[in-house]
Amino acid sequence: MNSVIFRSATRYMFPILLLLSVFLLMSGHNEPGGGFTGGLVAASAFVLYALAFDTAEARRRLWLDPRYLIGTGLLLALASGVVGLLAGEPFLTAYWVNVPLPGGGVAALGTPLLFDAGVCLDVVGVSLLIIFSMADVDRGEP
Amino acid sequence: MSLPLTLPLLVPLTGAVLCVLLFRSPGAQRAVALGVSLAHCLAAAALFAGVRGGGVAAVQISGWPAPFGITFVADLLAAVMVCAGAGMGLCIVVYSLFALDRGRERFGYYPLVLALLAAVCGAFLTGDIFNLYVWFEVMLMASFALMALGGERPQLEGAIKYVTLNLVSSAVFLSGAGILYGRVGTLNLADLSLAVDTHLSPGLLTAIAMLFLVAFGIKAALFPFFFWLPASYHTPPTVVAALFSALLTKVGAYALIRVFTLVFSHDIGWTHPVILALAGVTMLTGVLGAASKYDFPKILAFHIVSQIGYIVMGLGLFSAMGLAGAVFFMVHNIVVKTNLFLVAGIARRLTGETHLDRLGGLCRARPWLAACFFVSAMSLAGLPPFSGFFGKLALLVAAARTGHWTVFTVAVVVSFLTLYSMTKIWTHAFWKPAPEGMPDPAPGRDPETDRAVAGMLIPVTALAAVSLLMGLGAGPCMRLALDAAEQLLDKGAYIRAVLGEGAA
Amino acid sequence: MELLFAAVVGGLYAAGVYLLLQRNVVKIILGLALLGHGANLLIFTAGGLTRARAPIIAEGALSAPPDTADPLPQALILTAIVIGFGVLAFLLALVERTHQVVPTDDVDELKGTDT
Repeated sequence: MNSVIFRSATRYMFPILLLLSVFLLMSGHNEPGGGFTGGLVAASAFVLYALAFDTAEARRRLWLDPRYLIGTGLLLALASGVVGLLAGEPFLTAYWVNVPLPGGGVAALGTPLLFDAGVCLDVVGVSLLIIFSMADVDRGEP
Repeated sequence: MSLPLTLPLLVPLTGAVLCVLLFRSPGAQRAVALGVSLAHCLAAAALFAGVRGGGVAAVQISGWPAPFGITFVADLLAAVMVCAGAGMGLCIVVYSLFALDRGRERFGYYPLVLALLAAVCGAFLTGDIFNLYVWFEVMLMASFALMALGGERPQLEGAIKYVTLNLVSSAVFLSGAGILYGRVGTLNLADLSLAVDTHLSPGLLTAIAMLFLVAFGIKAALFPFFFWLPASYHTPPTVVAALFSALLTKVGAYALIRVFTLVFSHDIGWTHPVILALAGVTMLTGVLGAASKYDFPKILAFHIVSQIGYIVMGLGLFSAMGLAGAVFFMVHNIVVKTNLFLVAGIARRLTGETHLDRLGGLCRARPWLAACFFVSAMSLAGLPPFSGFFGKLALLVAAARTGHWTVFTVAVVVSFLTLYSMTKIWTHAFWKPAPEGMPDPAPGRDPETDRAVAGMLIPVTALAAVSLLMGLGAGPCMRLALDAAEQLLDKGAYIRAVLGEGAA
Repeated sequence: MELLFAAVVGGLYAAGVYLLLQRNVVKIILGLALLGHGANLLIFTAGGLTRARAPIIAEGALSAPPDTADPLPQALILTAIVIGFGVLAFLLALVERTHQVVPTDDVDELKGTDT
């Protein structure tokens, strides 16, 4: 879409949306959010970019082929579950560590966060694979 | 037992993920798929050994105790089905290495097949009804994509019908699970089995049971829900049709058996005659549909429907012999049906034809292929000494013992019609001389085709051998099936394994 | 309150099934979407409608106070929504592709594979 307002706004919105997606991912355990919604917000950032500029531009911005994101996300999710298997516990057992933050306070990190991060990457990959493929349909590309 | 219970799910899932990451290199995907299916067979064998030796095994995923968490349970039925699934996966992957066209390979065939295998094993092993829904959906998504992969017009038409009807089934399943949770408060199958008697009025329980019968009946291709199957199963490449026929409808039949022996066994006087009647009509309509067709894959697609009728008949009879017959028949059917589809695929590769009028002379040109087809076809029809005979014998004995003579007669008549169907294919495709204009199927015409067919014959031979061995070794196999049936009828062992001692 | 929700669920199912029986393929997809939404809302209604607090217990407490919402139906519905999203995306792509190959959107024209 060839609109100056849209393009300038997108240039500002794009990093903010990505930051929002990370925030949703991290706060998803105890509050509304989580991997799925974080992934969708990140995907919508790229879709906004594709609408304002060009699908090819958005693909360049993504830099990786979405299928790599899907594979890495699933691998991360599986790995977070296998940690428990290696320790002799059932699959997907949750392990948490409390990491003290430099500015005070404690961050609770654990395998569910890894799983959620995997889900987030997966959702970004799947949504962008679908949307970029369909956006290219009119050009006759498969 | 935690590792053997989760490996049959994790191994193919990891394989699928690796194949996605290697999407640029089909050669690496092929290697990964082959290695993963071999590892999957080993994992399934380890699970079977554990369950055979130690009884029903359960593990609580994530460590959350039942009934709050999701349990993975393996009794003999589940272990046997996982083994059958893993074996079929290996045969399909080996066949695909030689038979699949490069275009489909590039667009994600191997990740989809491995994801389908993972979801099927997840469905067999789960002990939670909503987790069953999730694995059903994963399996359906993979099968939707496999059905449409290649984008030919018949595939797309068949895929629309397949997708629509299966989504309706998912919506019905979800509704049933939601209502059940709302009334009983738990999703764990063992806990449901204990709680339905106290929490629900019998009428409401039977209504929910019928919802599940519709949902699983659509997936298992029971009458009157099976019409998506003949419209779609003959459209994708034969190897994909073989994979579907081996696993998808059998998962629906497995879910029916699990739910109706564990959860909804309170009102047997009403629900099981309905199931028995549906099974009888399914058998009949399936085989009559097959008798009217003259196209090799279409005939086989209708036979899938007919054979599902036999399996559900065993469930409807609800005796030890009936359920044992159903289990034996399910495994036999997986082996034989897959083999028949793979043979049809080889015939198409050799001649380019699937219509019986335009096929011929395959017995003279390829005697080994004809022998394998003969073994599988006679096994399907129910001739001794192959596995089909003993499966049908068990079901007929069970029907006679419980006095269900109508279903007995229908089963015998359908057997004869199946024999007619198989001899029709034999005489047209294999025995009669090749018609004018058909490419010569004999070896030596085209070395590339010969190499491919030689490779495709490996799983075909293996499956024919398995069917023969199941028939010759029917004693131990039937004893195993009877043990599985005893476990199904006695819910206590399952419930104790999931909820701990003292629960039932 | 349950009566209102039950009526809405029934209306969604009715609309979904009506659209499923149409000839236009896009209407069929809309019907499937409505059917899915109806099923999700059914789970929500069946799980019990209460004005309650979020299902997170205080630090050190061992059980939840009595008016806590049930977290399980929410999880079930979220899973069902995600699955529905994936399936509908696939179905839309399939219909787009079919329209490119077979230039019609009338399901009755797609009789080629029927036996």
